[in-house]
Amino acid sequence: MFLGLGVMLAGSLLAAAGLYADSSASPRQVSNIFKPLSTPAGEIHRLSLFVLGVTGAIFVVVFSLLVYAVVKFRKRGDDDGSEPPQVYGSNSLELAWTVIPGLIVLVLFLATARVIHAIQDAPQPPSAVEVTVIGHQFWWEFRYPALGVVTANELHVPVSDPAHPRPTYLTLLSADTDHSFWVPQLNGKTDLIPNRVNHMWIDPYQTGMFLGQCAQYCGTQHAKMLLRVYVDSPEEFDRWVEREKKPAQMNDAVSAGRRIFETTACLNCHAVSGTVANGLFGPDLTHLMSRETLASGAALNTHANLRLWIHDPEALKPGSLMPAMNLNDQDLDALVAYLETLK
Amino acid sequence: MASDSIALPRTEEAGRGLVEVLHDWVVTVDHKKLGLMYILYSLVFLVIGGIEATIIRLQLIVPHNHLVSPQVFNRMMTMHGTTMIFFVAMPILFGFGNYLVPLMIGARDMAFPRLNAFSFWLTAFGGLLLYFSFIGGTGLYGAGSAPDVGWWAYAPLTARAFSKGHSTDFWTIAVLVSGFGSIGTAVNFIATIISMRCPGMTLNRMPLLAWLNLVMAGLVLVTISPLTAAQIMLMLDRYLGAHFFDTQAGGSAAIWMHFFWIFGHPEVYVLIIPCFAFVSEVIPVFSRKPIFGYPVMVGATVAIGFVSLSVWAHHMFTIGMVSYANAFFTFSTMVVGIPTGIKIFNWIGTMWGGKLIFKAPMLFCIGFLFQFLIAGLTGIMLGAAPFDWQLGNSYFVVAHFHYVIVGGILFALFAAFYYWFPKMSGRMYSEPLAKLHFWLFLIGFHLTFDLMHIPGLLGMPRRIYTYEPGRGWDELNLLITVGVFFQIAGVLVFVGNLLWSLWKGRDAGNDPWDAWTLEWSTSSPPPEYNFAQIPAVRSRRPLWDLKHPEDPDWKYE
Amino acid sequence: MSQTSMAMPAEPQWALPGRGPVGMYSLILAESAIFIIFVVAYLFYLGKSLTGPYPRDVLELPIFASICLLSSSATIHFAIPALRKGNIGAFGMWWFATLALGTIFLTSTGLEWRHLIYEKGLTISTNLFGTTYYSLVGLHAFHVTVGLIGLALGMLFTLLGQVKSEHAERAHVFALYWHFVDVVWVVVFTVVYIVGR
Repeated sequence: MFLGLGVMLAGSLLAAAGLYADSSASPRQVSNIFKPLSTPAGEIHRLSLFVLGVTGAIFVVVFSLLVYAVVKFRKRGDDDGSEPPQVYGSNSLELAWTVIPGLIVLVLFLATARVIHAIQDAPQPPSAVEVTVIGHQFWWEFRYPALGVVTANELHVPVSDPAHPRPTYLTLLSADTDHSFWVPQLNGKTDLIPNRVNHMWIDPYQTGMFLGQCAQYCGTQHAKMLLRVYVDSPEEFDRWVEREKKPAQMNDAVSAGRRIFETTACLNCHAVSGTVANGLFGPDLTHLMSRETLASGAALNTHANLRLWIHDPEALKPGSLMPAMNLNDQDLDALVAYLETLK
Repeated sequence: MASDSIALPRTEEAGRGLVEVLHDWVVTVDHKKLGLMYILYSLVFLVIGGIEATIIRLQLIVPHNHLVSPQVFNRMMTMHGTTMIFFVAMPILFGFGNYLVPLMIGARDMAFPRLNAFSFWLTAFGGLLLYFSFIGGTGLYGAGSAPDVGWWAYAPLTARAFSKGHSTDFWTIAVLVSGFGSIGTAVNFIATIISMRCPGMTLNRMPLLAWLNLVMAGLVLVTISPLTAAQIMLMLDRYLGAHFFDTQAGGSAAIWMHFFWIFGHPEVYVLIIPCFAFVSEVIPVFSRKPIFGYPVMVGATVAIGFVSLSVWAHHMFTIGMVSYANAFFTFSTMVVGIPTGIKIFNWIGTMWGGKLIFKAPMLFCIGFLFQFLIAGLTGIMLGAAPFDWQLGNSYFVVAHFHYVIVGGILFALFAAFYYWFPKMSGRMYSEPLAKLHFWLFLIGFHLTFDLMHIPGLLGMPRRIYTYEPGRGWDELNLLITVGVFFQIAGVLVFVGNLLWSLWKGRDAGNDPWDAWTLEWSTSSPPPEYNFAQIPAVRSRRPLWDLKHPEDPDWKYE
Repeated sequence: MSQTSMAMPAEPQWALPGRGPVGMYSLILAESAIFIIFVVAYLFYLGKSLTGPYPRDVLELPIFASICLLSSSATIHFAIPALRKGNIGAFGMWWFATLALGTIFLTSTGLEWRHLIYEKGLTISTNLFGTTYYSLVGLHAFHVTVGLIGLALGMLFTLLGQVKSEHAERAHVFALYWHFVDVVWVVVFTVVYIVGR
């Protein structure tokens, strides 16, 4: 029995130790909910420490009682074979272990209700950046209605200085099935549900790139519906907006590739501003090369990956809704060359 | 004890043809045979669901693994969840209830034996339908085979537009059919427990197992029915073009979530309450004391049943409900913790001052107590809505509910298996093998499910068929999968033990545990009519009264 | 185990509720939960149809049919004591009246649907109103149909002279079901024809 409890305890300790050992490896890649970098995530973090403290105390008390009972009252080798005293219950004890947990529940509830209110009912300041997030199978569309920017999969937001908060308010919609927007270090998740409008906000106080991904099963490629949030300095953010607002570059050197783009099925789904392509089913490609990844984070945006993605999407992201374009090598090279000018 | 019990030949079937024996089992309306068939049937599905879990874990053992395609992975996780809930946990608990309830209340059979058989065959047919989808799900579209919509089957993923072929239809009909079976069984349990008790067995003297099965049956009636209704709506959507969950025509995806979780959350209690019942029977016998606080235990169970009907939306904290709804469901969820805590304290109270005997059933019960405690505490974390915004739909949740279902329900089931195996088979199991099973499974369980909490805290969502390296999830996933092999080894020892003991185990006698409830007063296995003469009781522990005429229980009640 | 030694001086009276009514009440509880979900869906989708026809345009109050169905509760109520007393003739008469009233109700529902489908162009796939209306009223009509089959079988056995007073308990259990179907109609009527219009 001791051995058993030892294993149980060791398991739990190992679990606790693993949490911190792993998270120290590369802070930007590990999206640890205990390393919040935004007000809502910070509020949740503080609440979680409180809840962990209370539940931890309950665990220690109950676990000690259990271990004591198991050790103290085990049948001894020299037992006389008689039955122990038959005890049927105790009203005062029952009352105690009803009332005390009741009080604990009340405290936990009040602490939780405060945080729910603080996060959910926070008024939107006029300085806020507004972004409409639309979930698709299996990628993210980001629209900045006030800034005239449309992009995909990589959300750019300005850093929010606590002295001059500039939070980003997200309006969450879905074009098809349910999705969920989750970047653990910035906020908890909120679902994107068709025929329903949801909201959430973030105010990251550190620049950098933060990873997240879809957290609501949405179909075959739910796993590769990855998400990146780039928190830029105010100047970088403004530069990024300026660049993204411009129509696509027109480079005559790649007109062959552009012709292929505009005469094949590409334009049914994709839009490139300033051209006839205005499809809405797939990501906007106007500034494709300003993004670091392809296929919603499934691959880095390199020449080889871009070519492979057009030629055989199944190789990068099996089950994605992007069809293989069946182009010959010459056309494929021309098309990739064109796309690579969309900076 | 047992001096003049009715001695029956061990197998009445001896010397008869296989066909005749099989025919007997197929047409039987005997609650014990039906109970055993439920249990056997569930064990088969337990192995199938376990194989699916193993495939899931092998796929996730390293990042960017290519063992199975995303399509196959999604089918595996859907089938694993659906199988384990609807075709393992529910039927196996119905099986034990079927076998034990009439024996423990001194009845000769269930109230409606033919309904009982009908319900079993409905459930069995449902399971076969679900697995037929591997063959028939493709339909004329050449799309999909087994269902891949997840076991909650959230709308609109189940709409024709997103789920072509017939895989979702098989899922719906399978769950619907087995749901009718469950409702039939629940009606039967209630009628049996209310109307078939032996003389003297007032509600206040019923074994806790009967009480808890009564509460469970009541919960089944009010929770499986909403699921049935929702499945009917889904079928109307898919077959007649109705728009219940059609978001293009103004339908709501969220209302499916509500309907599903109005079933889904109390379902957890449908599964765990019979397990509370097992623990409440085993711990007293192996502590040599009566259950501590019997009336409070009954009251707490009823309270859990009622409160569990008002907590469902804690599965939906992330769908953007208004803040006061989130606060309400946080409160109701945490309130469930109170009666649950009362039960844990009462079990420890039962052990307190006793003489604990660590046979396999007791070991599994102590494992249950420890794991259920942790599961309850992680449940409180998930019940705090903002914390759930982080933890929900992550591997933390997966770890939490496996703590409930494996660490709680399955451990209690193993305890029940070892405790009642002598009664059901007439033979003793091998204690060393049972202890080996316990330790292997315990190590495997903790390796897998303790560690599984952490990737969730590090941002790993559930239901992903692969993941990127370097996010802090790699080593953890490897260790989680390693734990699976310990669990498999434990289950193999368990199955081997059962088979070996059926064949070679020593004779168990009527009452190997020196226990106190009525099932131990009849022979092992019990005759078809259970009791030669219907017993009459005067207390909660009729066999204690009999063994201790100088100090009977009824003096204190 | 000595059975005799366990048969201690037990309570003088040991009477438990009959399993038939207990089973039927349990079934009614389950059925109520199913109906509640359909009613909730109906109320939730009220006024959310994107296109017509809308309830106000097409629904007419089925007063006569409702009176028939509700009075059939009374007729079956009189049938049971008659059977208990062994008055098979009176039982048959009341039972037949129940069957006839139920049939009138079902026919009326059928005619209403015919009117809605062929003249108003409302089907289950037209809009959310059609979806929720046909499924809720249809679920109730399905229960009426099951009840009518039971009533017809009872009638058949009565005509064949198979029904005796010892069957009163079973008839009583069936009557519970029939009363439940009537009560559900009161709810459906209120929701669909009063609140929903």
